[in-house]
Amino acid sequence: MFRSRRLVSLTGALLVVGVVASCGGDDTSTPSTDTSETTATDTVPVAGDPCADASGSITVYSGRSESLVADLYTQFTADTGVAVEARYGDSGELAGQILTEGSATPADVFFSQDAGALGAVSEAGLFTTVEASTLERVPAEFSSTTGDWIGASARVRVLVYNPELVSAPPTSIDELLDPSWSGRIGFAPTNASWQSFVTGLRVIRGEDGAREWLTAFAANDPVAYEKNGAVRDAVNAGEVAIGLVNHYYLYEKIAAEGADAVVAENQYLPGDVGGLVNVAGAGVLSNSDNSRGAQCLVSYLVSEAAQTYFTTTTFEYPLAEGVAAFESLPAFDELDPPAIDLSDLLSIAETQELLADVGLLTL
Amino acid sequence: MLAAVASLAPLAYLVDVAFDRGANYLWDEIWQRRTFDLVVRSAVLAAAVTAASVVISVPLAWAVMRSDMRARRVWRVVLALPLAVPSYLAAFAWISWESSLAGFWGAFLVLTAVSYPYVYLPLTAAFARLDQALDEIATVHGRGSVARLMMLSARQCRGTLAAGSLLVALYVLSDFGAVATMRYDAFTWVIYGAYRAGFNPTRAAVLALVLVLIALVLVAAEAMARGRAVTTMTSRAVIRPRPIRLRRHAVWLQALAVLVAVVSLAFPMWRIVVWVTRFGTEDGVGDVASALWGSVRYSIVAAVITVLVALPIGLLVARYRTRASLLLERSTYVTHALPGIVVAISMVFIGVRVFRPVYLEAPLLVLAYVALFLPLAVGGIRSSAEQIPLGLDDVARSLGSPPMSVVRRVNLPLIAPGIASATALVTLAAMKELPVTMLLRPTGSETLATRLWTYTTVSDYAGAGPYALAIIVFVAIPTAIATGRR
Repeated sequence: MFRSRRLVSLTGALLVVGVVASCGGDDTSTPSTDTSETTATDTVPVAGDPCADASGSITVYSGRSESLVADLYTQFTADTGVAVEARYGDSGELAGQILTEGSATPADVFFSQDAGALGAVSEAGLFTTVEASTLERVPAEFSSTTGDWIGASARVRVLVYNPELVSAPPTSIDELLDPSWSGRIGFAPTNASWQSFVTGLRVIRGEDGAREWLTAFAANDPVAYEKNGAVRDAVNAGEVAIGLVNHYYLYEKIAAEGADAVVAENQYLPGDVGGLVNVAGAGVLSNSDNSRGAQCLVSYLVSEAAQTYFTTTTFEYPLAEGVAAFESLPAFDELDPPAIDLSDLLSIAETQELLADVGLLTL
Repeated sequence: MLAAVASLAPLAYLVDVAFDRGANYLWDEIWQRRTFDLVVRSAVLAAAVTAASVVISVPLAWAVMRSDMRARRVWRVVLALPLAVPSYLAAFAWISWESSLAGFWGAFLVLTAVSYPYVYLPLTAAFARLDQALDEIATVHGRGSVARLMMLSARQCRGTLAAGSLLVALYVLSDFGAVATMRYDAFTWVIYGAYRAGFNPTRAAVLALVLVLIALVLVAAEAMARGRAVTTMTSRAVIRPRPIRLRRHAVWLQALAVLVAVVSLAFPMWRIVVWVTRFGTEDGVGDVASALWGSVRYSIVAAVITVLVALPIGLLVARYRTRASLLLERSTYVTHALPGIVVAISMVFIGVRVFRPVYLEAPLLVLAYVALFLPLAVGGIRSSAEQIPLGLDDVARSLGSPPMSVVRRVNLPLIAPGIASATALVTLAAMKELPVTMLLRPTGSETLATRLWTYTTVSDYAGAGPYALAIIVFVAIPTAIATGRR
C-alpha cells in the first residue's frame, strides 16, 4: 500500500472534524481507523471560498516533508480539483532557491517550516498578499504583519531533559548559565529553530543582552549536534542532561519508539524568553500563473481538516480557531510566550554573525 | 568546448555573487582568522584521507591484479563496492552506532572508507595493462620481493595514482554529507550553512572561490607529481601477466582486505539490515521502485553523455599534449572541487534564466551531472589512453588506416576497460549525488538519494532502511559489472 498508514491517519483526522462539527464538543480521542470517506466533503471551506473558481495545477515548494504533507496535498486535490506538483526540500534551501530564481521562479506556493525562511522571501518582495478570508482564520500575531504569508501551525521552544540526570529542571534559560550545567547542555547550532530563538533573544533583550547570555552560554561548553532530533536522542541516552529543542521532538520519539523507549521529558518555559513560539506557514508567490489555485491551497492549510491533521501527526499547535491541540500538550494560551513580532525573526544573518562571534557557530 | 563551458558556468556565477558587495568586502572575508581555520581544517582532512586511500589502495590493487592472492577475482569486485555507499549514509550508520565518533576521526574514517576506490579502481585498471617484463627483469636481478614488485608497479602507474589521489582530495573537499553528519566544520558545511536560507550568499560564494583556488593548487600539484612519467607500454602489455607468488605476504594482504571490506562495506550493510529488520519499512514497494527508476534513468543517461564528452578530451590529453588540450582538461577538474550545493545553486541561477524550458526538468539535471562528473570520466579515460604505445598508431597509419579509423579500430578497443570503469564511476557518482539532485531534479520526481536524505535528516530509520538498501544494492551492480569483467 502506498503510504497507507498516513492516509488512514488523515482520514481519521477528517473523521474527528466531522464528529466535532456534529456534536459541538472538543473531544479529541484517538480516531478509529475504520473510517468512511464521505466525511471528507464536509470539511471543504465554504463561505467566501478562495477555492470557488480554483482549478488547474500549482507548484508548491514544500519545506514541510513529503511524509508529513503528501497525503494532505492528495486530499486537497480530491476536495478542490486543483492538482499539486510538490517540490520537497529543506525550508532554508527552498527559500534560497526562490531567492536565486527571483521573479522567474516556477513556484506558486512556498510552504515553509519556519517564519525566518518566509521572511526572507517576503523581504525580497516575491510574495503577494494572502486573501483576507484566509488571514482571518489565524490570530494576527502568527502571520506576516503585511499579510503576505500566513502561519499554519505553531511550535514552542522547550528544554528537553533526562529526569535521571536532572531532578529540578530550570524554569528559565538564564538558569542554564550556572556552572553546574557545564558540558551537560545539548543544542543544534545550525538548526533554524535555534537560530530563530537567538533572533528572538536579540529582539527582546537587545544586541548586548543577547551577546551577554550567549557568551555565558558558550562558556558553559554546550555540546553541538547537527539537529534537534540528535539533541533529543542525546538527552534521552544520557549523553547530555538537557537540551534546547522544540516541544514536539519528544512526542515524535514516543510515537515512533513507544513510551518505554523514552525517559526524557519536556520542561515548558512560560513567561521566559526561552519559550519562544515560532510557526510553519505559507505564502503565494506574486508571479504565480495560477494564483487562484495557490490561494486555495493556502486557505486549505488553515481549514479544520488540515489543522486537525497537523495536530494529530506533528503534535504542533493548531492556529485556526476551534481546533484542539494534542492532549499531552499544555494549553496554547498557558504557554505565555515572549511577545514578539514574528516578522522580526528575519534577521538571521545578524544572528549568525553574533553566534559566530561568540564561538557558537562556524561561519 | 561545450564541456568546458558547462564546467565553468558555475564559476562565472560565483565570481558575480562574490563581488556583489565590492572587492573590499571580498578581501575582508578572505583575510579572516575563521577563513584560515577553515582552510586548515579542510586541508588536513583532505590530506589525511588521500594518504590513507593511497596506503590502502596500492597493496590491495596490486594484490588483486598481479598476485596469486586467494579469491582475488572476488576481492577485485568487493573492494570496489564501497563506491556504492554514499558518504552521508556511511556517516549516519557509524554515528548512529557510536556518537563519540563525531569530529575529525569520524569524518576521516567515513571519507576514507567511501573514497579510497577512486584510487583503487583506476589503479586496478592500470595494473591490468602493466607490462610484466619489468617484473621479470627485477626478479632476475634479485629484486623480486613482494614489496619491491609492488613499488615497481606503483611507480609505473604514477600518473594513475596521482589522478586517483586528486579525485580523492577533491572528493573530500567537496563532500558535504560526511562532514555534516560528523559535525566536522569543513568548507562545505559552512558554505552550505551560508547558502541555505539565502541569507549570506556572498560569503558562501567567497568561500567557494577559495575552495576553487585550493583545487587549482591540487590540480597543479597533481600535474607535477605525474611529471613526464613515461608510461607507454609495449604491445605485450595486452598479454595477461603471470600472477606473482605472495607466500608469507598473503596473510597481511588478506587481513587488510578483510579490514577494509568490513569498515567500508559490511558495517554499513549490517546497520541497514538492523534498521530494516528492527523498524520495518514505512514506504511501499511502489515508492522505492519509482525512486529507483528515477536514480537509474538520470544517472545512466548522464554517464553515457559524460563519457562521450570525456572521450575526446581524455584521448587528446593523453596523445597530444598541447597547451590547449591541457587547459581544457584542467578546467573540468575545477568544478569537481566545487561543492555540489554550490554547483546546484549556480545551476538554479543560470538554469531559470537561460534554460527556462528545461529548468527543473531532466535535461538540466543531466547537464549538471555532466559538469560535476566530467573529471571522473576524463581521469579514467586518460590514464588508460596513456598506456597505448604511440607506435601502434603509426603502424596502423602506415598500413593505410585513416586517422578516425585508427581511433575506432586501435585506440578504442585498447581503452575499453577505461571506458567501462569511467561509465561505471559516473553512474555511481550520479546515483549517490545529493545536493544537485535535490535542487535540480524534476519537480515531483524523487531518487533513492533524495528519499534517503529526507528520512535520515529526521532519523527515521524505518523510512530510510529500504532506500539505503536499494541504493547500496543497485549502485553496487554497475560497480560489480565494471570491475568483474576484467
